[in-house]
Amino acid sequence: MTQLLLNIDPSLVDWSRAQFALTAMFHWIFVPITLGILFIIAIMETIYVKTGDPEWKRTTKFWMKLFGINFAVGVATGLILEFEFGTNWSNYSWFVGDIFGAPLAIEGIMAFFMESTFIAVMFFGWNKVSKKFHLASTWLTALGANISALWILVANAWMQYPAGMEFNAETARNEMVNFWDVLFSPVAINKFLHTVTSGYVLAALFVIGVSSYFLLRKREVLMAKRSIIISSVFGFLAILSVIFTGHGSAVEVAKHQPMKLAAMEGLYKGGEGVELIGFGILNPEKTADNDVDPFVFKFGFKGMLSYLISFDSKSYVPGINDLLKGDENHNVISVEQRMEKGDIAMNALIAYKEAKASENAEEAAVQLAIFKENFSHFGYSYVDKPVDVVPNVPMVFYSFHIMVILGTLFVLMFIIFGWMTMKNKIDKFKFSKLLYYLGILGIPLAFIASEAGWIVAEVGRQPWVIQDLMTTTAGVTNISSSSVQLTFWIFAFIFTGLLITEVSIMIRFIKAGPAKPENDGGTEL
Amino acid sequence: MITAQLTYMFFQQYWWFLVSLLGALLVFLLFVQGGQTLIYTIGKTENERNMIVNTLGRKWEFTFTTLVTFGGAFFASFPLFYSSSFGGAYWAWTALLLAFTIQAVSYEFRSKAGNIFGPRFFETLLFINGLLGTILIGTVVGTFFNGAEFSVDMMKSVTWHSPARGLEAVLNWHNVALGLAIFFLARILGLLYFMMTISHEEMYKRAKKHLLINTIPFLVFFLAFAAWLLLKDGFAVDADGIVFMEKYKYLHNFLAMPVVLIIFLIGVVGVLFGVLKTLFNKKNYDKGFWFAAPGTVFTVLAVLLIAGYNNTAFYPSSFDLQSSLTIQNASSSLFTLKAMSIVSLLIPFVLAYIVIAWRAINKKKITNEEIIDKNEITY
Ligand code: HDD
Ligand code: HEM
Ligand code: HEM
Repeated sequence: MTQLLLNIDPSLVDWSRAQFALTAMFHWIFVPITLGILFIIAIMETIYVKTGDPEWKRTTKFWMKLFGINFAVGVATGLILEFEFGTNWSNYSWFVGDIFGAPLAIEGIMAFFMESTFIAVMFFGWNKVSKKFHLASTWLTALGANISALWILVANAWMQYPAGMEFNAETARNEMVNFWDVLFSPVAINKFLHTVTSGYVLAALFVIGVSSYFLLRKREVLMAKRSIIISSVFGFLAILSVIFTGHGSAVEVAKHQPMKLAAMEGLYKGGEGVELIGFGILNPEKTADNDVDPFVFKFGFKGMLSYLISFDSKSYVPGINDLLKGDENHNVISVEQRMEKGDIAMNALIAYKEAKASENAEEAAVQLAIFKENFSHFGYSYVDKPVDVVPNVPMVFYSFHIMVILGTLFVLMFIIFGWMTMKNKIDKFKFSKLLYYLGILGIPLAFIASEAGWIVAEVGRQPWVIQDLMTTTAGVTNISSSSVQLTFWIFAFIFTGLLITEVSIMIRFIKAGPAKPENDGGTEL
Repeated sequence: MITAQLTYMFFQQYWWFLVSLLGALLVFLLFVQGGQTLIYTIGKTENERNMIVNTLGRKWEFTFTTLVTFGGAFFASFPLFYSSSFGGAYWAWTALLLAFTIQAVSYEFRSKAGNIFGPRFFETLLFINGLLGTILIGTVVGTFFNGAEFSVDMMKSVTWHSPARGLEAVLNWHNVALGLAIFFLARILGLLYFMMTISHEEMYKRAKKHLLINTIPFLVFFLAFAAWLLLKDGFAVDADGIVFMEKYKYLHNFLAMPVVLIIFLIGVVGVLFGVLKTLFNKKNYDKGFWFAAPGTVFTVLAVLLIAGYNNTAFYPSSFDLQSSLTIQNASSSLFTLKAMSIVSLLIPFVLAYIVIAWRAINKKKITNEEIIDKNEITY
């Protein structure tokens, strides 16, 4: 721990984190719907243009309106998030700006404009542009939204696994040396695919849920069935990708963030041939310092975790305690040692700066060499005591397992809904009603799975804001904690208002149903 | 070594140009905000207000996206500005963010059933956005010429020295003059935009009357800002990166870069021509927007260029002169700037499809009939 951070108030860090978590998780309510429903809409409109069937146009327009209501809040909260990097994480912004800014700027130039330009055509162009132009605009909006997701996720992946960069001691920041390494790091690829396709799953479940409501009320039966068919096929394909890339993400976590993996599985004592926990209840008494059994109850699959991350059921997986105390047999360095090396790096950096200032080139070169040698432990100089590098285990563990269990349930849901509707049996069998209720329940479950995923990724990363290089404490803006507290409550207040209004409008809109066919659109049908 | 230095400087200048251009486009697109402050002034009946909200509603996304991209591009090319100004002037930026957050939802929610608060509430939010959004942006940009109270240490960690965290910028009349100039300019552009896109005799007349009413304060504030800018001392940088005060710095910058001066003059003439031609035309002249809008872009572009070019500190620190940010010491690495520059080659394509989409949507004017047909209005 160096003198640099002594004056950072811990409550400032907590409030800043709370504020970011609030904004990000709120943003994430709207983003996955946007990502997925746009494709569903685009598919519907394509069918309309192909068949000319006005009922398809009505269906398209109905979902498009719902999308519009959702979209506005996504945009509003995205703006806050972007600027929050600067307002609340200013040290972090400088430290990563060289890597992070580029994806963000590219996103603005390439994706946001595409989205916002064509969205205007999508909403206002029905009677102004040709059918083909309109259809192209819908697809381009979908594409734009998804490209905009790419860049921000690449940036997030970089925080989990800083690739393609070099630390520049001169400017005290990380600088990009290979753009492709940043863009195509395996963490980034898995993260992008897992996250966007999880958005497709959520949107598909959303459409199925709303359609189930119509079936339950015996209204708009044709529209509801058609929507269910399209979204269950779309959702089924998406969930396959979610599972595949979720697995891929876990493998990357094992490689680059072993502590996160240990927390995901509640694994305190690692070893060879480690079991995968199917589900379990953690013992609240358990800490890294005591010998209590971590689980009150669990059921698992022997050797499965080892197998999943390396295809070898005997391979070694370190637990929380192994990572803390080190394990010489498996080349795991203890946190204490890493903290020492981190201090060496930090002191060398300071000495280098001083030598530079006094124009002592020889000394500067020596210190720079020491710094580079110990750089991979640099962030540990910010760590106070070893246990601080353990994230909140229960939060990460439960979130992870809820996500995976729900993911399995969703596979079944897509199969059942798709099958029953295609065979035209969905409203003709004994348990129809039950199925509709399940469909409606799918909406909140999808949100839970999706938010849980981010909790795994982001809380599991604590205390790092950039894995092994910068702690959350070191990244925060130096401002009074009360200021952040105040903005937190302002945001919480506004977000609550927005959410209530949005849900209220959506419910009213769904209850009213799509526009009556006879006065819809007029002439161009 | 020398050539590497020159290349680096070229890319820094290029990105300062792009950021300035985005800023200039943003100010032009603030016509949406200006228009939002006139909903009740120009729209006397509910139908008229619907026409206004719907004509602005087709464009609000552009303004918003430009703001987002402006922030992103600043982050990418001059990250030290991002980390010092945003974290430092915390309350100024937060206020600005809030002013824009409430806008994004207002169009979508305003006329929808179940919106809890009713249309008036969302119209009020649009008004607040128009008022605060414009004035705050102008005031914050004013600090590019008047400085802010921060210091940057060896590790590039920023400390802000005013407890008001950015709100102190309103204590400087020069900043505020710019803020108010932008506010009235946005209203002028909003009025010209209404005249161009709404087909309604009475509303045209009202807009014309208010065009005059807004042009006078605009000229007062703009001229006060411009005059003071040319007369004041500026923050200059020497070859070793040492910042010092230079008399008439910004005037010197204009003289040293005649092209920028010409851009500035063309811009000012464009705005005035657009306004005057509309005011003194006997017929219902409706193309004034297409003179005033590019005029705005040129003027603001020139003003931002002189803030950063010609060895000037674009974000000066009035607390510690040597902490001031220049386009050299605040920029990203050469590698990153190059990578982004390749992507920036796409900008012409982006502009092209924006123009195509804009024209497709604005081909016909908004009419009373269209607004009465509930199926056709979105907002
Ligand atoms: C996987 C996707 C994803 C993720 C992780 C994020 N976003 Fe987002 N964002 C989108 C996907 C998206 C989107 C789908 O493209 C949105 C959502 C709703 C929308 O309108 O576009 C959007 C909108 C959106 C906007 C408004 C853009 C506009 O004006 O059109 C901004 C500024 C951001 N986001 C910024 C962020 C930041 C700084 C994030 C990181 C913390 C972030 N987003 C996370
Ligand atoms: C929209 C999806 C996202 C959600 C739901 C989300 C969720 C969270 C949560 C819950 C936290 C708080 C963690 C804690 O403090 O314990 C957090 C923090 C943070 N996240 Fe994310 N995150 C998202 C996307 C991103 C992305 C894309 C980035 C970067 C590119 C990012 C960067 C950060 C940063 C900088 C912090 C603050 C520092 C910290 O607490 O670690 N997040 N996020
Ligand atoms: C069914 C098997 C699943 C597995 C094995 C799985 C695995 C994972 C893993 C390991 C992470 C953490 C990645 C990291 O920390 O970098 C993660 C994150 C995430 N998961 Fe899943 N997941 C599954 C299902 C789902 C489902 C059904 C959803 C939502 C509908 C979902 C949404 C997310 C989200 C939004 C994230 C955060 C973004 C990211 O880090 O990629 N996941 N998942």
